[in-house]
Amino acid sequence: MSAATLQAQSLTKRFGERVALRDVSFRLESGEILAVIGPNGAGKTTLLSLLAGAASPSSGEVIAPAGERIGWVPQHTAVYSKLSVLENLRLFARLERVGDPDGAVALMLEQTGLRERAGEQLGRLSGGNRQRVNIAIGLLAQPAVALLDEPSASLDPRQRERLWRFIAARAQAGTSIVFTTHDIAEAERYAARVLVLADGELLFSGSPADLRRHGSGDIESAFVNFLRDRGH
Amino acid sequence: MGSVRWMLAKDLRILRRSPALSMLLIIYPAAIAVLIGLALSRGPGLPRVAFLNEIPPSRAVITLGSTRIDTTRYERQLFEAIQPVRVSSRAQAIADVRDGSTIAALIMPADLPHLLASAATSAYVQVIYNGDAINQSLVETAIESKLAQANALLAVQLEKVAGSYIDLLLSGGRLNFLGLAFNVLGLRDSAQILDGVLSGLPAHSPLAAKLTPVAAFAKIAVNNLASAKAVIGAVGAPIVVHQQTIDGRRTPLDFYAVAIAVTISLMFVCLLLASGTLALEREEHTLERLRRGLVSPSALLGEKSLLASVCAVFVGFAMLAGIGIFVPLDWGRAGLWLLALLGGALAFATLGVALGGLVRDVRAASLLALLVSFPLVFLALVPAGSVAVGLYDAIRVVSAIFPFKAALEAVDAAVNRSSPSLWAALGHIALLVLGFGVLARVGLRR
Repeated sequence: MSAATLQAQSLTKRFGERVALRDVSFRLESGEILAVIGPNGAGKTTLLSLLAGAASPSSGEVIAPAGERIGWVPQHTAVYSKLSVLENLRLFARLERVGDPDGAVALMLEQTGLRERAGEQLGRLSGGNRQRVNIAIGLLAQPAVALLDEPSASLDPRQRERLWRFIAARAQAGTSIVFTTHDIAEAERYAARVLVLADGELLFSGSPADLRRHGSGDIESAFVNFLRDRGH
Repeated sequence: MGSVRWMLAKDLRILRRSPALSMLLIIYPAAIAVLIGLALSRGPGLPRVAFLNEIPPSRAVITLGSTRIDTTRYERQLFEAIQPVRVSSRAQAIADVRDGSTIAALIMPADLPHLLASAATSAYVQVIYNGDAINQSLVETAIESKLAQANALLAVQLEKVAGSYIDLLLSGGRLNFLGLAFNVLGLRDSAQILDGVLSGLPAHSPLAAKLTPVAAFAKIAVNNLASAKAVIGAVGAPIVVHQQTIDGRRTPLDFYAVAIAVTISLMFVCLLLASGTLALEREEHTLERLRRGLVSPSALLGEKSLLASVCAVFVGFAMLAGIGIFVPLDWGRAGLWLLALLGGALAFATLGVALGGLVRDVRAASLLALLVSFPLVFLALVPAGSVAVGLYDAIRVVSAIFPFKAALEAVDAAVNRSSPSLWAALGHIALLVLGFGVLARVGLRR
């Protein structure tokens, strides 16, 4: 294994009395693709927000190598509906202080297949295309770590396939990927490691094959069995 | 600064692509400026009042001594305050008020000249209202003000009549009564005659003893009646108003209305834009991205405040320029106008971002801005003495905490040279900007 690009140490997040995340620790290796799965309300989005620095932990810390960028693709498309695809990308490239904003934007338009739609306002695009722009913005600055919160949720199968090809290429180039999903098969297919969260607790960290051993059928059944065995 | 520049450019682009909002920002101040200008440069329309004059033309002029008083002159004076609709009977007057074609009826009774001439009881005019409180207040104010003027003029006429009788008693002359002319001796001549008779009588004459008190009374009567003329003059206008304004120059109401209109526009544009543009960041979920170190909270709040302030200053200045067509404003103070507008706008904008930080979408932000702003305007305009002292003190505190009063004072000082001074108002505004800036930072952390 290569060096860790991101470490979560005893991350806890409270919203008033409610504990959304409890004492979660793990490390992410360079170029690793890590899936975070769990039922609704498990704390997946909270974990990614803390890793991204969009929220502060109640206790614990996130350790990232100095100077490394962390890209974040939030669950909801975080884009300006009144701006065009190009204007959105250009704005965030400038705000991210990317060295060559125009070059980075052109590359991202090419890689996400959005070049033809560069002049269209986001508000007029389909949910899938908006999500592509959302992902493009998150990865504009060529980050060392990319955090993707349900990136394939609103994509059709063709777009999804294209997305995973794009992510795999990034991972091969050394980018570490963390993504959340409700699609357990997708986690098995694309992730090298899976974290299972339930009620804010980290219950499992291992390969999809290890998770599959908790059941006799497909990985989804194994996942459900695993949660049931753990009282969830 | 770089991130603020890009965010400003982005927000301006979004504004440009929101034609409804942009048009509102242009049309609103233009419409308000024209309406205020017209309202200030043209007087209000006169209320329509049914008018019945029951005084026969032959009795319209009354004679008091040698003075003739024409009651139709007072009728004309009342017509300056109302738009009269002449009717021929009381029944018609009441019917007009009932069906709403006039908002009141004014009746001059037939015995008005007689009552005026007799001076035994007060003469009266009768006003019939339709029971609508606002209309009644409107007509009441108009008629009472003109009636007060008529009364004052009438008092002067009566004073002249009384004065002429006193002069006759003092100095003598000719008196016409019931077609007959009399010569009246007068008290001064009477006293002189008595003095002459007394000087010709022996020292111990019994007649001299009888005439001496009469001569003394005549002298006292001459002296006191001379003073009585002055007393009657004072009774005609027992109290007159001598105005004195303390605490610097006060603004005439017309010009104060200009300052209020501009400040209200400044407030709406600022609050709606600042709260709306910040709430839009939450609504579009972009705030989470920006908060990851792309734009610092202070820079983000500053950018929204700056955008709203610049737009509001532009709107406020355009309004002043528009109103300036109708009302003479001192363009030599335009630099101070801009300073006051900018100060007021910054205060409203910081309040706007504090509100925008509390809500999750633009509609909620707009609603909250309106909910907050309307009561603030009303409270800030409550005049001293119109409510209980304790309540007024509470209103003053609330008005001081929010920016409307301070912004109004700044604009009023810049446009109308009123007090408190522009610099005092700007100092107050600086404190408010600081306070709401801190609240906005706290709100943004949510």
